Order: sequence, then structure tokens, then C-alpha cells
Amino acid sequence: MSIIQVRDVTKVYNKEQVPVHALNGVSLDIEEGEFTAIVGPSGSGKTTLLNIIGGLDEPTEGTVEIHDTKIFSMSESKLIDFRLHHIGFVFQAYNLIPVLTAKENIAFILQMQGRPQKECTHRSMELLKMVGLEDKVDKRPSELSGGQQQRVAVARALASKPDFVLADEPTANLDSASTANLLDMMLRLNEEESITFIFSTHDQRVVERARRVVTLVDGKVDTDEERTEKNIEH
Amino acid sequence: MLYLKLAWRNIWRNKRRSLITMASVVMAVLLSSVMSSMQEGQYDQMIDNTVGSFTGHLQIQHPDYFDESTLDNSLEIDSSLIQKVEAHPEVQGVIPRIDSYALAAGDDRSKAAMVVGIDPEAEKALSTPDQKISNGKYFESADERAVLVAEGLADFLSVSVGDTLVLLGQGFRGMSAAGAYPITGIVKFGLPDMNNNVVYLPMQTAQDLYAAYGRVTAAVVMLENPEQVQQVVPELQKELGEEYAVLGWQTLVPELVQAIEADRGSGMILLLILYMIVGFGILGTVLMMTAERKFEFGVMVAIGTARLRMSIMLILEMFFITLMGTGAGMVFSLPVMYYFNFNPLEFTGETAMAIEEYGMEPFIRFSTDPGILFEQGLIVLVITLVISLYPLVHMYKLKPVEAMRH
Repeated sequence: MSIIQVRDVTKVYNKEQVPVHALNGVSLDIEEGEFTAIVGPSGSGKTTLLNIIGGLDEPTEGTVEIHDTKIFSMSESKLIDFRLHHIGFVFQAYNLIPVLTAKENIAFILQMQGRPQKECTHRSMELLKMVGLEDKVDKRPSELSGGQQQRVAVARALASKPDFVLADEPTANLDSASTANLLDMMLRLNEEESITFIFSTHDQRVVERARRVVTLVDGKVDTDEERTEKNIEH
Repeated sequence: MLYLKLAWRNIWRNKRRSLITMASVVMAVLLSSVMSSMQEGQYDQMIDNTVGSFTGHLQIQHPDYFDESTLDNSLEIDSSLIQKVEAHPEVQGVIPRIDSYALAAGDDRSKAAMVVGIDPEAEKALSTPDQKISNGKYFESADERAVLVAEGLADFLSVSVGDTLVLLGQGFRGMSAAGAYPITGIVKFGLPDMNNNVVYLPMQTAQDLYAAYGRVTAAVVMLENPEQVQQVVPELQKELGEEYAVLGWQTLVPELVQAIEADRGSGMILLLILYMIVGFGILGTVLMMTAERKFEFGVMVAIGTARLRMSIMLILEMFFITLMGTGAGMVFSLPVMYYFNFNPLEFTGETAMAIEEYGMEPFIRFSTDPGILFEQGLIVLVITLVISLYPLVHMYKLKPVEAMRH
């Protein structure tokens, strides 16, 4: 079942009066439970596509539907609320609120949703355990390594039990070991909890483990490859 | 609770930035409070010199006397009226007076003079004429046949102690008022206007002169707390009824009120300049803070934090910083205000002499009214909160994608 439908999306930036086509008629369906990598060279439109799917940036043309809801017909405040309840985000770096601890960063999302304090604490602890950081509960981002920070960011993205998680180059600032750890964790969550992940990357190690790889070139979908268990590297 | 926690921790996350902002607020409160304290201290002195030493905090008159100051609009005053007024908890004392104009004459010259009939004992507490005697002696009783002449007037008339002063004027209800009185003393006033015009007579002697037996033109009332005038006036008016007019010093000496208001206006311009300088300083740190945290704000909006919630967090943050700065500013201001209250700024040389000539003290005693601190603290608090609208506006316009690209 498609949870995301991207239809004929075009994004044109006007840089110094010169129009730049970041996306050029992109159409894409994402099914529930997918582990999809959006790949392509720099400037191919990966981040722009993720931003548009996440409702962070508006397309010049085209539509994005999430569970049959046209997200860009919503008012800005409704869209922010929609993101809070339906989409999890992981960015490249500096994801976390620096003054909050790992647990508080996760609980933040739940508190924004108005959940009771007890539930916030319980769910935060559960997620930190899930990402293997139960011993870093009270550490602030500055006391965590880059890999640990990204794990907390994934835990936070999952806090509200979103429909899917968007991750923009989540391993870009990580070393090999941290990258492998993060990928293992994301794959485990995808397999065991059926969490849908869509991430952009140009890291070959990440691409090799994706189950679907969408390649963008010059703002267009060049290839869209479903991977079988056989050609996925573990 | 979440917002409070976030706001509080954000303040201490960049201690230097927060401390610089707080220091700006402290300086704003300190400078504006001390400046206002100096101004208000000056006004208190002006009021004290004029009101506290002659006019009184309020007066009880005949309802028509203020518009038409003649003896025909004088009033009878008895002990029950005085008791009624003195029964008010704020009233310190009541001093009867009768004054009118008469022609004062020496041997060769004459001049219109303000003849003031006073209760010799009671008046000591108000205009202190006993302390202003430069030659001769003060009255001994209320029915003594004697006169005190202001120094300037005595010089003009070429009279001195032991001479006779002739007073000629109109008394109550058209009666002629004429009398010759021995000069027992010369009084020296600081205010040239009074020094050149005033003649004091004991109360009963003045009433005899004007054929205004048992009558006064005003009952001067002194209050325990001069700032209560505006409250006491209507209360006494209600108590005494329409037969009497109860007038506060602000009504009796409107020129003093105008002088203070004019000065306050120019002081306000200086304060505005000060607020602007400090305001721009605070704006600078707020801009720095906003620019520094652009990425973070972008992430927060992206993950679904409503802009209103972020606004609350930012307002709380600025509110805490401002509140701490304002509080510290008030704490630092207080000793400065008290120091200059106990050790007033003194004028020296010709300036001091000129001020003394006007019967005023040649120094500025700072006011210690806590209201100044709260007023200035509140103004600075409001200014800072208005400035903190900038990050709010910025945040409302913020596009997460652009912010995170920053």
C-alpha cells in the first residue's frame, strides 16, 4: 500500500535571476515498510526531494500525498502539526536540541504532542534501549559521539510512531564503524517494527544495504531499483 | 514546565552572551534609576521649599477665595473645624492665616505689601519666621501690637527695628483698615518676591486691623506624608462639606507643577536617548543570539514544533534574562541612590550663592523613593521584551530548509 505518492514534482530555484531546476517532474510511490535510498551525485535533487516529501519545502509544480492527504493544501501551522504526528526526521548533523539530554530530546516530541509525562518518560527510555543507548539517558548531545547523536536522532524520529522516517544523509558525518552501527539499527527497526525509512545518501556502504534504490540525475528519476535479499549486502 | 526548562538552560548555554545582555539591562536600569532619583530629589526639594515652607500641603478656604482673593471671601474658623480637620489621620497640623494687601508706609516712602496675619506659635512649624529674623525679635503673643517686616521691604521703606510702620488698606466688607505698628523685627526671605513684599502681623492684631474678627483667609494644613495630598483633599472636602473649599498645593501653586512638568519633560528626552542607546545594545545581542541559533530553530520547526510554542520559549528566555538584569540593576541602583541621599551633590561658588538667594538649599539630594526603581525597572523590562519581538518575527518568517542550509 502506498503511503507516499509524489506526482510530477518540479522545483525551480531562482538563483540570481537564473532558474535552476532542482527537480524536474519527479513521480514516486513509497510503500509501507520500505527501506529506500535516494541516491545520486551532488546537486541531483536528493535533499530537495526529501524536503518536499517532508513538507519542509514546497514544490513549484506537482503534488505530494501522504495517506491520501495533499500536504501542500494544508495551512502552514497544520503542516507543522502534521509533521509532528506523521513524519520522523533525521538530518545530517546537529539534529538534537543542545540543552536537552538524550532522554529529554526524545520526550520533547511526545510533550509537543501533549502526551502525559509518564508516557513520555517510558517511551523515551524504551526508544533509547531500542537504539542501544540506555546508558546515555542523561547525557547531553555534546557528551555523545556523532554516531550516538544520530542514534538518538533516530529514536526521536520514532518517538511519535510516525508513518515514515526521512533521513537526509544520516551517515555523512560518521566514521565507518558508526555508519555500520546506525545502518544495522535502522534495518533492524525496519524489519522488526516495519518502520518505513527513506533516506538520501551518496555513501556506497549505505546504498549497498538499501532494499530499494532510487537514483536521481539532474532532478529526474534515472533508475528505480528494487533489491532482492540476494543482492543486499549484510 | 518544558518551556521553562528549555528557556532556563538556553540562557546558560552561552553564558557570555547572556551575561552581556544582562549587563546591558543592569546598566539601563542603573543609569535611568539614578537619573530619575536625582530629578525626583530635585523636585522634592522644590516642593519642600515652596509648599512645605509657606503654602502648606493643602488649604481650607472659602469656596470663592481662590478665584477672588479678598477678605470678603474669608471664613470663620472655630475649634470644632480645626478638630475635625486634625482628626484625619494624615493631618499633622492646622495653621490659620489671614492675608490681604495694604499700603505700607515708613517716614518717607510707601509700597503695597502683603500683610500676613499669623498664629505666632503655630506658624513656627511652617514658614518658620522665628528662624528668619535677621534683626530684632519674634512675636511673643497673638494679640501683640507688633509687626515683622521683610528685609527688602524694610530697605525700600528705610525703616528698621523700633520704627513705626503704617498700614492702610481695606478691611472686611469695605471697612477701612488703618493702623500704626512698632517694628519688632526684620525677617529675611530667600525668595526675592517675598523678601520685597511681606509684612507679618500677629493673628488677632491682623484681624483687628481688617475688622475681620474671628476670620481667616485660609487654614493651612500640613500632612504627615506630603504624597498623600491627592487622597486627603477629597476626603477632607467630603468631611467638611461644600461650605469650604479644600485645595491641594498643586491647585494653589500651579506654576510649580508646570515648572516640574516642564523639567520632567526635558528629563524624559534624556531618558529616551538613554533607553535607545541601551536598547540598541540589547538588540545587538538578541540579533547575535538569533543568528547563532538559526539552524536549531530550523530543526525545531522541521520536527514539528509549533511556532507559537517556540515563541513562548523565546519570550521566556528573554524574560528571564531581562528579569535578572532588571533585578540586579535595581539592587545596584539602591545604594547609589541612598549614597547621594545622605551625601547630596553640592553646588559651589556663584551657583550655590544664586540658589541660596532663592531660599533653596545649594545641593541635590537624590530621592530614595522605591517607586522610581520599580518604574524604571518596568520600563527597561518592557523595552527589552519589545526588542525580543525581533527573534519572534524572525522565527515566524523562518523557513526550515533555508535555516538548516545556514
